[in-house]
Parts: sequence; structure tokens; C-alpha cells
Amino acid sequence: MATRTASTRADRGPTLLERIQAGGGFSPYLLILPTMIVILAIAVYPMLDSLWISLLDNPLLGSPVLVGFANYAHVLGDPIFQSALVTTIIFTLMSVTLEILLGLGLAVLINKPFRGRTIVRASILVPWAFPTIVSAQMWLLMYNDQIGIITTLLQGLHLLAPGDTMLGSYWGVMLAALITDIWKTTPFAALLLLAGLQVIPAELYEAASVDGSSPWQQFWQITLPMLRNQLLITLLFRALDAVRVFDLFYAFGGNKVPSMAVYANIKMFAGTPGDFAPGVAASVIIFIIGVLISLILVPMMRDIMKQPR
Amino acid sequence: MLVQQHSVDASAKIVPGRKQRRATQGFWGEVGRYIAVVIVVFLALAPLYWTFISSVKTGIELRESPPTLFPHIFDMSNYTDVLTNSTFFLPTLRNSAIIAVVTTLLSLLFGILCAYAMARLRFYGKPLVLSIILSVNMFPFIALVGPLFVLFTGPFYVYNTYAALIIPDLLLTLPLTIWFLNSFFRELPPDLEDAARVDGASRLRALWEVIVPLTAPGVFSVAILSFIAVWNDFLFGLTLTSDEQAQPVTVGITRFNSEHTIAYGQLAAASIIVTIPLVILVLVLQRRIVAGLTAGAVKG
Repeated sequence: MATRTASTRADRGPTLLERIQAGGGFSPYLLILPTMIVILAIAVYPMLDSLWISLLDNPLLGSPVLVGFANYAHVLGDPIFQSALVTTIIFTLMSVTLEILLGLGLAVLINKPFRGRTIVRASILVPWAFPTIVSAQMWLLMYNDQIGIITTLLQGLHLLAPGDTMLGSYWGVMLAALITDIWKTTPFAALLLLAGLQVIPAELYEAASVDGSSPWQQFWQITLPMLRNQLLITLLFRALDAVRVFDLFYAFGGNKVPSMAVYANIKMFAGTPGDFAPGVAASVIIFIIGVLISLILVPMMRDIMKQPR
Repeated sequence: MLVQQHSVDASAKIVPGRKQRRATQGFWGEVGRYIAVVIVVFLALAPLYWTFISSVKTGIELRESPPTLFPHIFDMSNYTDVLTNSTFFLPTLRNSAIIAVVTTLLSLLFGILCAYAMARLRFYGKPLVLSIILSVNMFPFIALVGPLFVLFTGPFYVYNTYAALIIPDLLLTLPLTIWFLNSFFRELPPDLEDAARVDGASRLRALWEVIVPLTAPGVFSVAILSFIAVWNDFLFGLTLTSDEQAQPVTVGITRFNSEHTIAYGQLAAASIIVTIPLVILVLVLQRRIVAGLTAGAVKG
């Protein structure tokens, strides 16, 4: 019996141990060990623990009881969470669409060398480098009722009643969060797309020009198809980042217009001890939505990579 | 509309006319480009300008309606308030600096070792390891803070210390460090390292004495990106620390904006102080930052 397994193993190729040794012994594993310990301890373990906590009544008690999906039922039935879910979905769709469109425009704008390109590139990096929460405070200085320039302008245009602010209404908060997010994140999208633009061979455009196609046609027939991979990567990054949006709605919406992450945070850290597990369940729902987005987008990217380039 | 017009022109095949059109289009294209550039630069920097003038206005001018676009008097009292009278601002600023530097160094140490194994060594399970490392960067961090809070206030008590932020902040820096260094290391010809190893250097010595110095610009870009990522964290700081003993400045700054009153002038001054290091980093090192940001992206 033992010999038979051994011989079938040999037929199937090298064993795990042999493969490890052929690859340079155990040293690769020693080199990745510190990183893997960190990742397992602060990402994988807490994520699994969140799944577990979301099934308990109260993890802060000495002996928590398993309650199945009661926390999820509680959260999904909570009108505040439902509204936070809708808010987050609207924010994600709008911000990702606008940032990719504007980022593409910006990337095309700074793709060709021109005088002052360095200044443009540096100035769009400035918002990107700022902490989101500080950006939110800076925009708050323009949105607020007392000293805000945007409030003054909107009141002047009669888009706001005197004494009102953007942050007083649901759509105002949404707009404030969108503007600040677009301001901060479009440069990142632009730089990702710019990297894709710069590897498109110039000969393609030259050949198209010789054939008499206009810049506009070239954009649709060369730039966009060549950029598809890069667009999908940007889409994935932005979408996963937008569904977990926290800082902007923490600053602008607070308790009144929370995103899902703000809702989870309020439940976990500002509610009663009994709210902790439902808060964790809400955060797990964000994780699940992220997984769904990845499951849709990642296979699309694989398809592209398989195609001969 | 635009497409149609151009295709008609192209099909007409009047070569001189087309050249002329190109020339005028070139001119107006340039004008359009510069108008777009001015708008982009204005939009990017306007909030910074508004924050700056809000920080140097006197309390009375700040509340003037309509707001003034150029401050009449440059008043530095908001800065002195923030730097000397605030009990929490300077401590949180110091905390952020310490946490960002330590996290960046740790992440470089771990990341260089791991990226080297990824770039140079063949081993079983490598694709899985790489995909785990990259995917954790996109986890919703809000789903990690609950268990981390339970862990850090219970069995592994580090709540409200630097460790409570340095440990989770590694999650913000390790994936990008490994991803970028992996691509930088791959670009080096293996011969260099082989030569060193023939001379009797061990793998680790070859890594530290040959590869890291040769990729120093890349390592440096990654260090800047890591520093910015940690400096900008808010969620971990908000949930895993409680006061200025360990709180980062991103949390500290929100304390000027309490529920009852917002100290606008001080908030503006504090925002300027927190962002000035970043503005300088960006202006001085923009080439490096762009190189770092786009290094891994193209090879995908």
C-alpha cells in the first residue's frame, strides 16, 4: 500500500517537499515569513473574526452566544442601514463614473509633452497626497454656513435659501462628498490611465493619421481599446475604495447621512454594547459587496490578459 | 457631430485643405489645452488657497459676508493658537510623524525580503501568496477594526499606544511596497546578483549590498508612498486610540470641529500645517511619486 502510493506519487511528478527544494529550499518561505505573519495577523485573522463575531450576540461579554444571522436580520431591517446602503451605492456609481471619465480626460490632456506639464502634474498630485479627512475639513471651510465661499455663491445664485447650507440636506451632503472625492481621487485615476496611455505604440497613431482618421476617431479606435485593461483595473480599485467610503461621510454626513462604513462605525463604537455585533455584521456586508464587485470585474481582466497582445 | 465633420473632411481628400485645417486645429487645440490646464490647476489648488487665506484672516474678517478673497491683514494668531495653546495638536502631530516613520521602515524591511523572494526565487504557492498580499489592500478596513479593537483592548493590550496603529498601518504599506519593489527588482539583470554570489556573497548579502543600492530610487519612491499612506490614515486612528498619547493628527484635526462650535480659523491653520509637508514632498519628488505610482500598474 505504502509503495503503491509512493509510485503513483512519482508518476505524478515531484512531491510537495521536492518542489519546495527545487525552488531554492525553504529560504523563499523564510523571506516571505514576516510579511505573511503580519498579513495573517492583521488582515486575514480579523476578517475571519469579523465573520465569527457577526454571528454572536455580544463578543464583549465573557460568554457570547451564537445567534446565527440575527445580527444581519437586525441590520438589514434597520431603515438607517437601508438608507446608508442606498447612499453608498449612489456614491459609488457616481464617483467611479465621474472619476474615470474626468481621469481619462486629464490623462489625455497631460499625455503629450507641453510647456508647463510639470506644473500641472505636480498640482494634481497635491489633492491626491492630502489625507481624505483633512481634505474634507478644507472643503468644509467652503461648504459651511458661516464663512463658506460655496455657500455664499449658491445663496447668491438663489440655489440655497439664506441661512441654509449644502450640508443641511441629503443631496447636499451627497454632492459635497462627491465633489471632494472627485477633487481628491481623479488625479489617481488619471495617473493610472496615463501609465496605460504611455505604452500605446506611437506608430499606431501615425498609421491612423496617414490613413486620414481624425483624432476623435483615433481616440475611439486606438486609445480606448488599448486602454481597456487599464480602465478595468482603475474601475476595480475605485469601486472597491468607494464602497468602503468612510472619512467623507464621517465629516459631512455624520449621524444624519451615514455611508455603510460610518453606520458600522457608529454601531460598533458609539452605540450600546449590544450594538457591537450588528455593527460588525454591517461591516461584513461591505466586505461581501466588495467580493461581489471583484467577482464581476476580475474575470473580465483575465479574459483580456489571455488574448494575444 | 464632430466625428461626421472630420470624416467628411477626410473623405474629401483635398490635401492642402486638410493641412490648413490641421494647422488651425493645432492652434485652437493648443488654446483649448491651455484653457483646460488653467482650469485643472485652479480647481486642484483653490481649496488649498481658501484654507490658507482662512488661516491668516482675523476672526472678524473670517466672519465677514460676503467672504473676502484676499485677506486685509495677515494675522498669525491662529497658528500660535494651534501650536502653543492647543493641548492636543502638537502631540498628535508628533505621534503621526513617529508612527509614519516607524511603519515605513518596518514595511521596507519586511517588504524588501518578500519582494525579493517574489521577484527572484521560484517557490510553491507564489501566485497565491501574491494575490493574498494584493487583495488585503482592498479589504474594507472597517471590517477589521472591530476584531482589532477586541484584540487590542483584551488579550493583546496595546490600545491607545503607537503599536496599536503601527501594526494595522502595515496593512496600508506592505502591499504597495511589495508590489512596486517586485517590479523594480525584476527589472535588474540577474547577472549582477549572480556575480556577487559567485564572489561568495550569500543571497541576503547580495540583496542588501547589490540589489537594494541599485534600486535605491525605487525603494525611496516606495518609502514616500508608504509615508503618505500612513500619514493619511484616519479610521485606525479613530478607532484604536483614544487620546493624544497615541492619536494621529488626522484625528487630532477633527477635534477643532466639535459638535457645538467649529474653530474655523484654527481648523484652517491646522490643515495647512498638516498638509505643508505633503505639498513639499509632492513638489520636490513628483517624478519619483509618479514613477512609483505607475511602476506596477502597466505591467499588471
